[in-house]
Amino acid sequence: MEGMTIQTQALEFFIACVTAAGFGIAIAAFGCGIAQGIGLRSAVEGIARNPESSGKVTVTMIIGLALIESLCIYALVVALILIFAHPQAASIAALFA
Amino acid sequence: MEHPYLFIVKFFELIGFGHFAHAYPWVIYSWFVMILLIVLAFLAVRKIDMIPSKAQNIFEIIISGIEEFMVDITGEAGRPFFPLIATVFLYVATCNLLGLIPGFYPPTASINTTLSCALTVVVFTHVIGIKFHGAKYVKHFLGPVWWLAPLILIIELIGHFARILSLSIRLFGNITGHELVLGILFLLAGMAFAPLPIMALGIFVALLQAFVFLLLSIIYFAGAMEEAH
Repeated sequence: MEGMTIQTQALEFFIACVTAAGFGIAIAAFGCGIAQGIGLRSAVEGIARNPESSGKVTVTMIIGLALIESLCIYALVVALILIFAHPQAASIAALFA
Repeated sequence: MEHPYLFIVKFFELIGFGHFAHAYPWVIYSWFVMILLIVLAFLAVRKIDMIPSKAQNIFEIIISGIEEFMVDITGEAGRPFFPLIATVFLYVATCNLLGLIPGFYPPTASINTTLSCALTVVVFTHVIGIKFHGAKYVKHFLGPVWWLAPLILIIELIGHFARILSLSIRLFGNITGHELVLGILFLLAGMAFAPLPIMALGIFVALLQAFVFLLLSIIYFAGAMEEAH
């Protein structure tokens, strides 16, 4: 690590954090999409086989989708923390002061 | 981040509390939601008839809908706790919907509001548990067999803290994410009405997230009221 000042290292750390945030939310959205698709498939199959239960099945499906979505939201919050509210932000900003 | 133009914050600037209003917009808009809900409720119940007028009808539909839904899941023993649940639901729903009006900031877009709602509900869960079961409420945390009790106790405690985290962060993330998307789309293509589909989605998300908060609170209450497995 010859010739790397501590400012360069701090900037590289920030770049790594932002990259991780981008990949993190992408992977979370990928998993969330698959999970909601499977849930949706079962709901539509249930309605297809018994059209009278469409009201209850739809309500249950919406609740299930919202709960699965919340897992992706947790990943989004972590990504937002990495980008905007980083715990080391104050000490790194002090390096540049 | 960008500083949006907020009407009530500007009003507070005019009357001299600008610094407080800029630092804590969620508190200001919480007050606005409180005043709005109190005024609406007061207007609706000024004259209660046997044959309800329009405003009273709407409120009756909402309140009785939530009450039937709650008693469905918790049973008759849960009826006394209905006011807290309904208040939380109406407050969270109004806060979420406020974010869709341009120039208004949704209080639930701040972790303070959502954490306070989640803490209230989860602490009340324990209050219900102790009220219904007394000291034997601890058996809820110990699991079915006695020799697994230490492990199950740790898992249950972590689970209860996770409830607080998940309730608050789910609501906060949804509404803040929505505001961020609106802000960025406005920056990119505001002239082309690009944020409009997102705002339509926003109405749905606002009501759905309030409903999910309600549903999970009712399930936690029902879990504290029933017998330990």
